[in-house]
Amino acid sequence: MNPDTFDPNFKIPAPERIGDERGSLTRLVQEMVFTVDHKRLGLMYIGSGLLFFVIAGIMAAMIRIQLAVPRNDFLEPDVFNRLFTMHGTAMVFLVGMPIIFGFANYLVPLMIGARDMAFPRLNAFGFWVFFFSGLLLYFSYLGAPGLYAAGSAPDVGWFAYSPLTAKAFSRGHSTDYWTLSLLMGGIGSLVTSINIIVTTLCLRCKGMILGRMPLFVWLFLVVAFLVIIAIPPLSACQIMLILDRYFGAKFFDTQAGGSAVLWQHFFWIFGHPEVYILILPGFAIASEVIPVFSRKPIFGYPVMVAASVMIAFISLGVWAHHMFSVGMTSIGNTFFAISTLLVAIPTGIKIFNWIGTMYGGKLRFELPMLFCIGFLFQFLIAGLTGVMLAIAPFDWQLTDSYFVVAHFHYVLIGGLLFTIFAGIYYWYPKALGKMPDFRLGLCHFILFTVGFHITFFPQHIAGFLGMPRRIYTYDTGRGWDAWNLISTIGVIFQAAGILFFVVNLIYSYIWGKKAGDDPWDAWSLEWSTTSPPPSYNFETIPEVRSRRPLWDLKHPDDPDWKYE
Amino acid sequence: MSTAAAPSTDWKLPSTRKVAVISLILTESALFTIFLVAYLFYMGKSLNPPYPAQVLEFPLLATIALLSSSITIVISERALHAGKKGAFHLWWAITIALGAYFLWFTAMEWKHLIFERDLTLATNVFGTTFYSLVGLHASHVIIGLFLLTLVLVLSLLGKVPADHTEHLEMISWYWHFVDVIWIVVVTVVYIISTRIT
Amino acid sequence: MSPLSGGSDTRGEVNIFRAIAGAVRKGGSLVLAWALAAQAPAQSTDGGIMRPVADMFQPLSRPAEMIHESAVLVLMITAAIFVVVTAMLVFVVWKFRRKGPEDDREEPPQIYGSTHIELAWTVIPILITFVLILVTSRTIGEIQNAKMPEDALKIRLVGHQWWWEVHYPDLGIITANEIHVPVSTRTGKPRPTEIILESADVIHSFWVPQLAGKTDLVPNKRNRTWIEPFATGTFFGNCAEYCGTQHANMLIRVIVEEPADFDKWAANMQRAPGVPAEGLAAQGHRDFYGNSCVSCHRVDGTVAEGVFGPDLTKLMTRQTIGAGVAPLTPENLRAWVRDPQSLKTGCLMPDMKLLDSEVDSITAYLLTLK
Repeated sequence: MNPDTFDPNFKIPAPERIGDERGSLTRLVQEMVFTVDHKRLGLMYIGSGLLFFVIAGIMAAMIRIQLAVPRNDFLEPDVFNRLFTMHGTAMVFLVGMPIIFGFANYLVPLMIGARDMAFPRLNAFGFWVFFFSGLLLYFSYLGAPGLYAAGSAPDVGWFAYSPLTAKAFSRGHSTDYWTLSLLMGGIGSLVTSINIIVTTLCLRCKGMILGRMPLFVWLFLVVAFLVIIAIPPLSACQIMLILDRYFGAKFFDTQAGGSAVLWQHFFWIFGHPEVYILILPGFAIASEVIPVFSRKPIFGYPVMVAASVMIAFISLGVWAHHMFSVGMTSIGNTFFAISTLLVAIPTGIKIFNWIGTMYGGKLRFELPMLFCIGFLFQFLIAGLTGVMLAIAPFDWQLTDSYFVVAHFHYVLIGGLLFTIFAGIYYWYPKALGKMPDFRLGLCHFILFTVGFHITFFPQHIAGFLGMPRRIYTYDTGRGWDAWNLISTIGVIFQAAGILFFVVNLIYSYIWGKKAGDDPWDAWSLEWSTTSPPPSYNFETIPEVRSRRPLWDLKHPDDPDWKYE
Repeated sequence: MSTAAAPSTDWKLPSTRKVAVISLILTESALFTIFLVAYLFYMGKSLNPPYPAQVLEFPLLATIALLSSSITIVISERALHAGKKGAFHLWWAITIALGAYFLWFTAMEWKHLIFERDLTLATNVFGTTFYSLVGLHASHVIIGLFLLTLVLVLSLLGKVPADHTEHLEMISWYWHFVDVIWIVVVTVVYIISTRIT
Repeated sequence: MSPLSGGSDTRGEVNIFRAIAGAVRKGGSLVLAWALAAQAPAQSTDGGIMRPVADMFQPLSRPAEMIHESAVLVLMITAAIFVVVTAMLVFVVWKFRRKGPEDDREEPPQIYGSTHIELAWTVIPILITFVLILVTSRTIGEIQNAKMPEDALKIRLVGHQWWWEVHYPDLGIITANEIHVPVSTRTGKPRPTEIILESADVIHSFWVPQLAGKTDLVPNKRNRTWIEPFATGTFFGNCAEYCGTQHANMLIRVIVEEPADFDKWAANMQRAPGVPAEGLAAQGHRDFYGNSCVSCHRVDGTVAEGVFGPDLTKLMTRQTIGAGVAPLTPENLRAWVRDPQSLKTGCLMPDMKLLDSEVDSITAYLLTLK
């Protein structure tokens, strides 16, 4: 194209809303099934994740109702045990993983100035494998009873310790649904992560050296590497479990000299990096939202990158802090206590960097920023309770109690879910072309935050008072009654908050104010194209000179590349 | 979108195929590592025979075959680069044959172990970890052979374009990876564990 | 600069600060409630002071006290960090909020970072971590590598789905779901108790918070823990590793007694109850053997040698039935004998389909096992 006739204000018309130009439901479904567009797939990932979130959330509500009062008979013990297993499994594999991959899918190509992911068909394959794995898991309620009515949904806990999962102790097929669903889902995660790695390393636009990528992209690169290293141990666990249950293998058969603890080692070699895989995307979102709504660049970009890489490395060496009570030697316990404490350092640094970004800024309390501030406060608490759990002797009291339940819900809800909400509100205008409604969002924020703390803070105390996890009921007089009742009451507020959230998503899509290309006055490349972007993302592939290409365009007298 | 004063340098990024195959190799290495650790963990822990030293014989010919196939595939690729299609097909076919021989040898060994030495997946922890580790490797050899055969057939049919050398190189990387895994497996299983237990 | 759309205004900011103030008020009353929960324990006739509230911050045994020490230190450090960082966050959110449209005219100074500041907030966490590492290593060693005196009482616990098998190997006692130990003393010769932990099926975990941290019972693995209680009474504990349907009702009680009382208890446990000579209990004794009770249960001094279920020799010395699912009263015993599934659904003792007369007689017989 001749630069002299090039008009920078010219924009190729893009469809006003997704689906707007199509017209019929059949065509919409057909498109969804055949699409390889990273944006469509991203939205499908997030949509499916939110759907499973509501289902798994209802399960949690049922659990809390059962535990509201001692010796409650709302649920039979077996039903309860299936509910907490399915709740945990679904939240990790069918809500957490797909939503983070959805964000990566939608945003990584846009942020690096690419037209799509490196392998679009592989991308679609990854989505459908995940989606079917979710259907398979829930089908267990119907399919597992089999000929002898032995079984239903899995009831072995989301980490399925052996030998509880052996054929002898888990009759029927419920455990097999768990195993196969996770094996399938793992393939989806691996495939998507390879896609992210290749896209990030090979498709960046001109000028975007690794040191100029948005932190969002950096963090997802780190997440993708963690996935390809950490998911194979889970797949190995599933293969070994299938061999044990159906081919007489002796991996975890304690009667044949097998080791029950070996499952724990292999599972947690996956499981611990998995929780970092889940939370690092939350950091990714926070690292995009907080600077924009503080009107300043992220404080200490190189250190943030280094800290993220360090977190990923160290997280591969802390897994046995989930096993402090299993009877390891004092040397083993000490090693893992030390490594766990070490990982707290780069994590803590990041909190300081985010606060440092806000310092001296002009903070705008839009919905994404509100949720990020909530994230900072709650993740601080989560991190500190994590430090308590790293102290192995303290952990000997706290592990497998409600204290741990409180800790990880502070991380996953208080940390991850809040940043997911922030991300959804932040990129909603980009993806759907409409602004999310502020008042509905504020109701969502207040109700959900209040409900979240009411539900989960008392659980720390119940843990201190000796309440173990995964119990379907308890006696009165143990000091747990009040805390459980309070905890259940919080569910009402959380449910109300989610209701406002869902209403907001729908309301804003239909009646929301039209969003322009760049409603938040942000600086990364996705804001340089239309809202929603055309299927080819950019009219011309951009070229960048700094970490904030749009800042450079908006401030030609004071561009970033002069200072980086 | 471009800023007027942007310096125009050569923008070279790694090849998507190479990065993808390296990522695949990394993830498969993680998978093999777990099965390897399981084998090492259970060395000496079987409650009943047979034990490795009693039933395992070092698979010399099979190992030579498989490792040679890494050499023959390199020869084949060199021939392709030099434009010698005939030599390319020949050495590629030899690679497949060597791989197939390896698999046949493994099958014979397993037949012997199962029917004559009473070692199955369910016999003891040695059987479990042996068959799962060696079997995982063998399954990767099968996949590799399938890919290699596919390439040979397509190439003989004239359907492999001249500029697809990188695609073939990626398949050969996968094949080399399978070989390296075998070196580790054969060392741990046939050399180390037969001496310790 | 494009103006923000989407309704950014002062309304949102006022609500936030009101919400925070409300939360602080809530937090204060919760702490008060917690303090009240750790109330004075109730009295009971057997088992001394009942201590159902298993508060790990009221340790009454040496390993629990060692844990408590490090726990309090860690809590203080993390509380301090919490206060400081929250103050930083609140300060920043308040001080640097956008005050109005005049703030939109220009962007604030674009600071990219500061090596000095980054160094400071890296070094301080490293130092804190170093202290925590030292404290942790020491406590781990203290507890795990503690030397038991030669004559320490030894108990062997075997975990089952969903009950505890209890052995006193040196005293020849076999019982279930409750252990008795002598109280130790801070002055004079310590009397710790060593507990060996094994499992007959899946993984369980022994957790009596006021006495020690938890240790798992893993099949094909022998674990070891120890307690050294300094106060008498009945301590409540739970199985703390999900082990199946009735994990919630796999409770354990540790009854700590004065040494003299412990010796009396042990002597009684070693004395097999006689066989009742007449009456309903005698009929029950016959019915006990007529039905297949002996396949699973052991009664010392008789031919009943079953090991699949709990030892019933001294059943009536225990406080609960079904590993804590209900108090051991004649009514509950009768209900259990009639149909255990009614009290503990899913437990591995099936409904034996006894006749009413058998239920009465067997219950009468079991009531003599003390």
